[in-house]
Amino acid sequence: MLIGALLSGLTLGGMYALIALGLTLQYGVARIMNLSYGETLVAAAFAAYWLFVGADVDPLIGLIAVVPGAMVASWVVYRILLVPLVRRSTTRDALEVDSILATFGLLFALQGLMLVQFGGAYYSYSFLSVPVRILGSVVAANRLLALVFALAIGLGLYLLLTRTRIGTAVRAVAVDPVAARLVAIDVGRVAALAFALGGGLVAAGGVLTSMFLTFNANIGVVFTMKALIVVIMGGVGNMMGCLVAGLILGLTETFVATWVDPGLTLAATYGIFLIVLLVRPQGLFGGAAR
Amino acid sequence: MTYWTKALGAALALALAADGAAAQDAGAKSIKIGYAISKTGPNAGGANITQIPNYQLWVKEVNDKGGLMLSSLGKRLPIEVIEYDDRSNSEEAVRAVERLITQDKVDLLFPPWGTGLNLAVGPVFNKYGYPQLAFSAVTDRAPELAKRWPNSFWLLGTSAQYVEALVALLTKMRGEGKINDTIAMISIADGFGIDLSAAARSGFGKAGFKLAYDKSYPIGTQDLSPLIGEAARSGADTFVAFSYPPDTMALTNQSKVAAFAPKVMFLGVGVGFPLYPQNFGANTEGIMSLGGWSTDNVGTAEYRKRHLAMHGRDPDYWASQVGYSSLQMLEQAIERVGKIDREAIIKELQNGTFDTLLGKIKLVDNMPKDALWLIGQWQNGFYTGVAPQRAGVKPVVVPKAAWK
Repeated sequence: MLIGALLSGLTLGGMYALIALGLTLQYGVARIMNLSYGETLVAAAFAAYWLFVGADVDPLIGLIAVVPGAMVASWVVYRILLVPLVRRSTTRDALEVDSILATFGLLFALQGLMLVQFGGAYYSYSFLSVPVRILGSVVAANRLLALVFALAIGLGLYLLLTRTRIGTAVRAVAVDPVAARLVAIDVGRVAALAFALGGGLVAAGGVLTSMFLTFNANIGVVFTMKALIVVIMGGVGNMMGCLVAGLILGLTETFVATWVDPGLTLAATYGIFLIVLLVRPQGLFGGAAR
Repeated sequence: MTYWTKALGAALALALAADGAAAQDAGAKSIKIGYAISKTGPNAGGANITQIPNYQLWVKEVNDKGGLMLSSLGKRLPIEVIEYDDRSNSEEAVRAVERLITQDKVDLLFPPWGTGLNLAVGPVFNKYGYPQLAFSAVTDRAPELAKRWPNSFWLLGTSAQYVEALVALLTKMRGEGKINDTIAMISIADGFGIDLSAAARSGFGKAGFKLAYDKSYPIGTQDLSPLIGEAARSGADTFVAFSYPPDTMALTNQSKVAAFAPKVMFLGVGVGFPLYPQNFGANTEGIMSLGGWSTDNVGTAEYRKRHLAMHGRDPDYWASQVGYSSLQMLEQAIERVGKIDREAIIKELQNGTFDTLLGKIKLVDNMPKDALWLIGQWQNGFYTGVAPQRAGVKPVVVPKAAWK
């Protein structure tokens, strides 16, 4: 039973981390608090559904098309919609407020497009919904896959950010965009890159979660909220923090559901969130971005 | 800026004036029907499957005939539709319905989706005397509401009815030695789950069943495997879940993965959605839920074909056929009265007998009696009515087929 709960918790936590990785880049580095984040995720889920049901394309192969597509789309959104905001904002706080307003609008535009195309009905499909046995406990292959991707992407990005030159530039922008300019970092380009990369990550999250979650055009805000909690808890802009926070939340929910009461999972999630905010307001791994 | 506001104001005034003028003689050109429904927000999933397609189908079919026959005018009048999005928000729904009545001056209204919103707009429908044929609301207060608002009709019945039917089925199976007397129940912590689980708790208790596991979970729970694990360990032969569509899908998926196979598996909203057999194919076999279809009803089979042709998907096997029948009842009531006299239409709905998809329906205290299936089960790929015991009932299949 312990192993079962542990596995469920880890896969759920992996999913939370996966859907939050993109936001931590967009919010932490590009300094865009993207409220249309969840809608981007749902759009990717629809793309995966459409490819799978309509064209018989395996969602895992679909990733190859959807992720770069989302990166390009995010880059365009950043260049056209967000760069003017970045230019005119004098402080980081001003940019945050402006970006919230702009992406709030984007949220409705995206949601409207999906409603026109798919209506408000529920969608889901079955893919890789097969049991995998680990230490005598059973877990669904598609959920396990989401965990594996979350770990791989999270660790990969962590290494990229800490061990490479471009990664250092990205971190420099996250810490201090003004000082970064002094050491000849093209802040605009790095921020655009981070935003686009975040868009690609959220699309990957959307494709992977669409394999086991039922979604519709209106469900995006649920993911934005969850991702925001994970990002703030882990420390904005921190990949490791994002992974750890996601896993903590997943494990907490599962343990509470198994041994206390499933009705208290949300309370437990927000309880932990509150404690972290009280004890470490900068997030678990907050401080300098890594 | 001022120029623009003035121009805008003038344009608006003109538009309103034109609108008012149109409304006055519109009586002779068309019948205006308005509705506010959840096109966005959390209710949209249900509204888009069960309700909106029915409205569109019925309006198209009536207009293809040339409209509704009003004998007072001696001719058919086409239906003109005014639709608003209530954004799954009860204040918004009330505001939209009031607007439909006072500004758009609609002749008739369709109800919104779900128990909560139907309760929210009930007072407005009642205040202005519009018939409210609610077909996506299940509430134990229905008899009381029908008394308080005689213009309201509660076609889907009460939660107690569903629970009674389920308990009767389970008691019979237990008597035949097919299941033990232990039940594991989970429910969503929202209107539908709270209502039905409360009714079920007392119903199971009275019938001598033991609830080995009884928990609720919050909306938006994305992993139900801990609950499935606990239910499996409880030793219950019967698993009952009063769930919403996303959870119903997840429960089916995760039960299959965990190889959790109770003898009776009863799940909530969503089992009757076209999405369900599409996703789970042969694995739906033996799964039970609310609603159900007759295997031998030509009317519903025809309806399903027309629904499929217009919308490219099947109706919901619980409330859709009831919804379309309610529109047929409205149509017949209007044509019998022969004019848009809402009071007379309400009276006719209360007392008349109507020919519908589901057969002849006569309402008793504004609710159908013995007219619809309460419990259905997937049998050979068809969502078959298995309770209550009425003409055309099929025996329930236990134990549920193994997962494939």
